[in-house]
Amino acid sequence: MRWIHRVCPVTGLKIDRQADLLIRAHGVAATVALLIGGIAAVLVLLTRWQAVHLLDAVWFYRILTVHGLTMLIFFILFFEMAVLYFTGPVLLNSRVPAPRVGWAAFALMVAGAVLAEWMMWTGRADVLLSSYVPLRAHPLYYLGIILFAVGALIVTFQFFASLVVAKRERTYEGSVPLITFGAATAAIIAVITLGHGAGIYIPTFLWSLGLMDVDPQIYRMVWWALGHASQQVNVAAMVSVWYLLGALTVGSVVLNEKISRTAFVLYILFISLASAHHLLVDPGFGPAWKVVNTSYFMYMAVLASMLHGFTVPAGVEVGQRLRGYTQGLFGWIRRAPWGDPGFSSLVLSVVVFGFVGGITGVTIGTEQINMIVHNTLRVPGHFHATVVSGTAMAFMGLTYYLIPLIFRKKIAFWPLAKWQPYLFAGGMLFFSIFMSFAGGFAVPRRHWDITFSNAPFDLQFSPAVDLVMGVMAVGGLVAAVGGALYILITVWSVFFGEPIREGELSNAHVRPAAGAGESATAVA
Amino acid sequence: MHTGMQSPRGVWWKPAHGSEKVWFGLAFGWSMVLFAMMPLWHWKGGQNPSGIRGKVDPAAYRARVEEFIAAYQVGMDGGFPIVEPPPGSDIYMMGQMWNWTPVLKLRKGVEYTLHLSSVDVNHGFALYPINVNFQVVPGYDYALRITPSEAGDFRVMCNEFCGIGHHMMLGRIIVVDEDGEVPGDVAASQDAGVSGEGVASAEPAGDGAGPAGGAAVAGKMAADGAGRRGQEATSGAAVRDHAAAPGAEVSR
Repeated sequence: MRWIHRVCPVTGLKIDRQADLLIRAHGVAATVALLIGGIAAVLVLLTRWQAVHLLDAVWFYRILTVHGLTMLIFFILFFEMAVLYFTGPVLLNSRVPAPRVGWAAFALMVAGAVLAEWMMWTGRADVLLSSYVPLRAHPLYYLGIILFAVGALIVTFQFFASLVVAKRERTYEGSVPLITFGAATAAIIAVITLGHGAGIYIPTFLWSLGLMDVDPQIYRMVWWALGHASQQVNVAAMVSVWYLLGALTVGSVVLNEKISRTAFVLYILFISLASAHHLLVDPGFGPAWKVVNTSYFMYMAVLASMLHGFTVPAGVEVGQRLRGYTQGLFGWIRRAPWGDPGFSSLVLSVVVFGFVGGITGVTIGTEQINMIVHNTLRVPGHFHATVVSGTAMAFMGLTYYLIPLIFRKKIAFWPLAKWQPYLFAGGMLFFSIFMSFAGGFAVPRRHWDITFSNAPFDLQFSPAVDLVMGVMAVGGLVAAVGGALYILITVWSVFFGEPIREGELSNAHVRPAAGAGESATAVA
Repeated sequence: MHTGMQSPRGVWWKPAHGSEKVWFGLAFGWSMVLFAMMPLWHWKGGQNPSGIRGKVDPAAYRARVEEFIAAYQVGMDGGFPIVEPPPGSDIYMMGQMWNWTPVLKLRKGVEYTLHLSSVDVNHGFALYPINVNFQVVPGYDYALRITPSEAGDFRVMCNEFCGIGHHMMLGRIIVVDEDGEVPGDVAASQDAGVSGEGVASAEPAGDGAGPAGGAAVAGKMAADGAGRRGQEATSGAAVRDHAAAPGAEVSR
């Protein structure tokens, strides 16, 4: 096959034309999903904020379903597929092994997503993301998710094939780069995850057609092996993006390949069964099963994140010192490119994911504490810190480099771009923490009316709940402004942005106002 | 020195730097502490969500609940029967779209075996203001040994999405003290900031409501369960015991 490629003037990488186009397509699809999911997020937020209480009950649960599926599945997976095309063919100087298969998979994912969205918006799938059987959605809803998952699975195997092709064609020397290794662990976990997805959505699809029975407890067990393991795909992909952003923004180094790679492998080994923490107060399982799966299998994955939480900042420090910022103990922090949205996204992602998301997650995943947090707002308080201000923030940061390097457009509204990560992560920080506080007052998640105005009995939460959820709402709105800015900047840059002309792509143009910390991309 | 974008050449399995080793040691040690605490606290803490578990046919469960209501009903409240079961008995709460049936009237300091199940979709048993939560799954009987430690007027929210009426699903458990009195409405007393002999002494009421208060009471509620570890460990046997009880429709 003819292999058309260009050489990236910044990184020196050969970028396969097909990889280039596939990354663009998946990136655009991810942004469309982010827009839909983001609008849904604001509607959900303005309804849960009891002072506004925007939507009626039917539309609240409908939009909450849209928000969950569109963000957690469609946005995240489309972006991760782009990451797989970047870390496979591009970073290895190689090609996409089977471009036509790649496009077919993309079409499948788009078709599945459109089908599921259609079902949700027309009110035939008001079952929320988890769609616990026997709540029933239209069969086409389940079919849409199955098609999407099959497409994602094909892209994952395309990634594995690209590793084989690159090795066989000797496009790189030595071992694969750490970032590709990390993406490979994400891809392996994705296969495990999507396998569980098939294992539950196919029977559920048949059940919705009346062809078989699905036990509600088995459904919860297998669904969470999809639902939580997919978060570990996000973590592995996010950590890979951390290393990538470190390399692109400050030329951060890998301190020790052994430690970083072993930590990635820990994710693969210890995560699938750790999703048992979703079932800690379920009737179907005994204490031994719960304890083993949520201690042994969870804490080794926690260890992996703690290792990355050390090596990523340490790599940034060493990278900064190598570039001459050696003044004192903290000179490397002071002189870091804080105005580079790629760098600030990296820092904010590491800090919020680790300190808020990680700590809340480990806390609520214990047998006893789970009993007082299960299905309260502490649960979404936790995962908005991990998957939104962690994963989504890191992905946003990467976009500020993908646009000049892949789309070859200058970043529009650069002054706004400098502020975007701070707005988004700062807002999410307040949102997550105060949502957790509300959960501490026993406020349930997934609930339209916590004043219980139509309930047979009265229930009055502590007046503090109003305050806490008000702060949560303001934080969420600030984050929504940050998210809207991101969409504005990326869409404008890609479709109306100033193209980067041949030979013009120097770092000054990638990041026109980077100032103090000039880009280290040339290091890579 | 290379970045994560570059391929390491040759053997990269090299000893880590001292600082990395120290961090690994700390992180690993902490993970081991967490790892040890999980089974240890299950064994020592006595705050476990584990109960007596078994499968139950939803129709049979409904029949059992109706029988239970017919046997011990003492009144009506908001359209729901109030049931005052004898001390030590098996008591039932049925989740259905969109209510908890019946209203239970229990006695402080007396042990009951509370059976939770659903006859349609998943529901979430969320006891307020104590903040103890259990998943209620159709087809499964989740039996919890409880001893109400404080008198009061409690609510049972549903915290699992169960359809369009989910937010209206609110149940009630009344706990009377030794004299058969309820020391004031929980929600009302909390609203007014009253704290006294009632549930407030268990901390969750009022602005101080939080995880710690919930944990304390959860501990009390489940403490008895810990004393019956043998039964938990052999839940199968326990469920068979229940099946042998008259009228119990619990099956394996």
